[in-house]
Amino acid sequence: MTTLNPAEMDEIAARHPAVFHRSFWQRFRVAIIAGGFVLYALYCWWFFAIGHVLGTANWNIAGTYLADWVSYEVRPEVTIAPDGAMKLTYPRFSPLGPNAEPDWVEIERGTMTRTMPAAEASSTTVKKPASMGFMGEGAVLGGSAAAAEGMATATTREEEVVKRARITLNSSTSVEVVPDRVTVEHAGQTLLVALDNGAMKIDGDLPAWATQKRPGEKITLAFGFAGWGEIEAGDVSIRRRFLGWANFIFDTNSPFHGKSTSEVFSLIASADRIDPKQSNLSLAWNNILYNAEWQHLDVWTKLLQTIVMAFVGTLFAMLLAFPLAFLAARNITRNWFSNQITKRLFDFLRSVDMLIWALFFTRAFGPGPLAGISAIFFTDTGTLGKLYSEALENIDDKQREGVKSVGAAPVAVQRYGVLPQVMPLFASQALYFWESNTRSATIIGAVGAGGIGLKLWEAMRTNSDWENVAYMVLLILIVVFVFDGISNALRSRLMGKPAH
Amino acid sequence: MAMNTLHDGFSEKGALIERHWQELNARRRLYTWLGLAILAVALSGSLWFANETNAGKFFDRLPHLFDFVGDMVPRDGLEVFRALFDLPSPYDDGSFKYNYPEGRLYIAESFYIPEYFHKMLETLNIALFSTIIGMFFGFLLCFLAAKNLVANRLLRGFVRRFMEILRAFPEVVLAGFFLAILSLGPLPAVIAVSIHTVGALGKLFFEVVENADMKAEEGLRAVGASWIERVWFGIVPQVMPNFMSYFLLRLEINVRASTIIGAVGGGGIGELLRLSIGQNHQAKTLAIVLLLLITIIAVDQFSAWLRRRLVGDQAFRLAQ
Repeated sequence: MTTLNPAEMDEIAARHPAVFHRSFWQRFRVAIIAGGFVLYALYCWWFFAIGHVLGTANWNIAGTYLADWVSYEVRPEVTIAPDGAMKLTYPRFSPLGPNAEPDWVEIERGTMTRTMPAAEASSTTVKKPASMGFMGEGAVLGGSAAAAEGMATATTREEEVVKRARITLNSSTSVEVVPDRVTVEHAGQTLLVALDNGAMKIDGDLPAWATQKRPGEKITLAFGFAGWGEIEAGDVSIRRRFLGWANFIFDTNSPFHGKSTSEVFSLIASADRIDPKQSNLSLAWNNILYNAEWQHLDVWTKLLQTIVMAFVGTLFAMLLAFPLAFLAARNITRNWFSNQITKRLFDFLRSVDMLIWALFFTRAFGPGPLAGISAIFFTDTGTLGKLYSEALENIDDKQREGVKSVGAAPVAVQRYGVLPQVMPLFASQALYFWESNTRSATIIGAVGAGGIGLKLWEAMRTNSDWENVAYMVLLILIVVFVFDGISNALRSRLMGKPAH
Repeated sequence: MAMNTLHDGFSEKGALIERHWQELNARRRLYTWLGLAILAVALSGSLWFANETNAGKFFDRLPHLFDFVGDMVPRDGLEVFRALFDLPSPYDDGSFKYNYPEGRLYIAESFYIPEYFHKMLETLNIALFSTIIGMFFGFLLCFLAAKNLVANRLLRGFVRRFMEILRAFPEVVLAGFFLAILSLGPLPAVIAVSIHTVGALGKLFFEVVENADMKAEEGLRAVGASWIERVWFGIVPQVMPNFMSYFLLRLEINVRASTIIGAVGGGGIGELLRLSIGQNHQAKTLAIVLLLLITIIAVDQFSAWLRRRLVGDQAFRLAQ
């Protein structure tokens, strides 16, 4: 291989000055732009106080919320009265429904003689019916069914109570409660808490999975995904986490709740009506649609609203932008005024944000899809009009001339000289916007413009319905992917090139 | 119509071709009408459904269509500027409606930034910062999704699906989720918009990369350059102008997106707009709308100008 001598090198350098003598900007622009971005990122770090926000964020909650997307908790609670009478309750709206006796909660019942001071007894009497009604009938397991009767006078009586409760969370985790002791086993370690008249005493050291802020205060148990629990002097509450969505098809009020698939089908097929007014099939369908927890009908309606908003909004925008674009295109309408007026109208419609239109139309039409349709229609008339008029200005003039030269009327010139050139592009752009509006319709819904957005937002605000959020997100993702596919397929057919 | 007369002039084969053409034409016309009919049915069904599930019915509410104009007429023209620049109003009756100086952000003893300008800056910063983050990650991901650079179908498919999910995931859910964790402030909005931007820019970027001229890359491959070197010296210089152009386009979109996210709790000007429309503060609403309009037009113009400089005068008309 021959090497260059210095003279040849100089010659080459002289011949290509653009390569060898580049300006300062050309040489360092990458570094300058990158440095600018870094500086800006630092500024934003300060402006948004990112370090502070991330530091104070509640990351434990994040894990729980994320777990809530795909799982649910069942919350048995053992309360221990000062005299040692225990009872086991589930909160109202427990996913297991009233009267649940899951096999992972072992209960040993017994009777005991309870002495009640008259004052307390009478106060219990007053409270009891209300709380019974509130808890749902039979939700109090092990409590006395006859508690309300004659309590004001009697001070001593036999009562059926829970003697021992053992809650198993998984093979290595269990909590056992007897009146004077709580035994927690997790990951091979055992925590013993002695309970004595409202006082707690821990035997030995606390394992790593149990925390207590101050001696005597409640102990928090963390079992990872299996759940968590809290021990207080008279109250042991456990949350066991199950993977899946609870009561997705039938809620706890439905007669079909808790039955296996084959049982449900045989019930539906059987002629004995559960509800004499309607057949079992329609009862089952009604129960699914009006599932109190998942609200299938409402969610589907709202989702359909979102789809409709995007579809009608984009279609109307296309229909209006189409004629206006002919007015706006310089080469079609040779009138400076009409060009400028329509173009500025497009700019105005586009620049007033979809949010602003959505907020205004929500006031005009009330919350609902009409507001969303109008908002999408107004914004996209601007955007599509701009794109269409630019496409028209870039058409090939020869075809128009050809049609014109044979004496065609102006409308025929547009129809046969212009439309065939731009129609695929127009349709393709409208499809693209239909697809992207399906996505943005979700978000303007959150300000009240109809659709699933508001429902999503409300489900998130309570911070306890993340599984409903997951359900809606899943539906939205399916819709978006299906529409992406349809729109891509149609567009590639229109434009005559394969979809990517 | 002219079919019979034409027939006479044709040979037997010519007539056959003519008949085929007529049939094709008829079929195409049928499909067109069928398509239009389906569209009409879908449209009327949709309209009925939208009207039926709306809080107010279309024809009942039509007279109120321009009520929002009334929401924007202030007591006098100068009120708008007082609201915009946080100057005290002569109508101040102690209520929040006319209390413009309330949100002043003092930088020095007597120098303040008006509330709306500050919030607008916040929204702009959300948009710009999240576009930059989106560009950074989109840039890293796009080369892995390009057919001409990655032969492994599995990796390519995985990266593409990943970007699709980022793109399709509703922003409002991301914002809501991070709002629950990070508490109030603009950061949830930044995260939500960034995640969406990664997906959106990543897709546009890898399409650009797939259309890149592979000669430079081939040359580098011939002298034994590694994959990273080939990408960095062979592909990146070609695609960078287009990337920057898409970056700017995305910035325009993100300014709007961050306003909307703001309205659903992400801070910034969107939240103030929603509140002031909801509480019927005419002057404040008009001031915010004006400020937003001017900002959006300014950003659009600036980005269009910069794009023209970057990719030349040939119009860069890509919808998003």
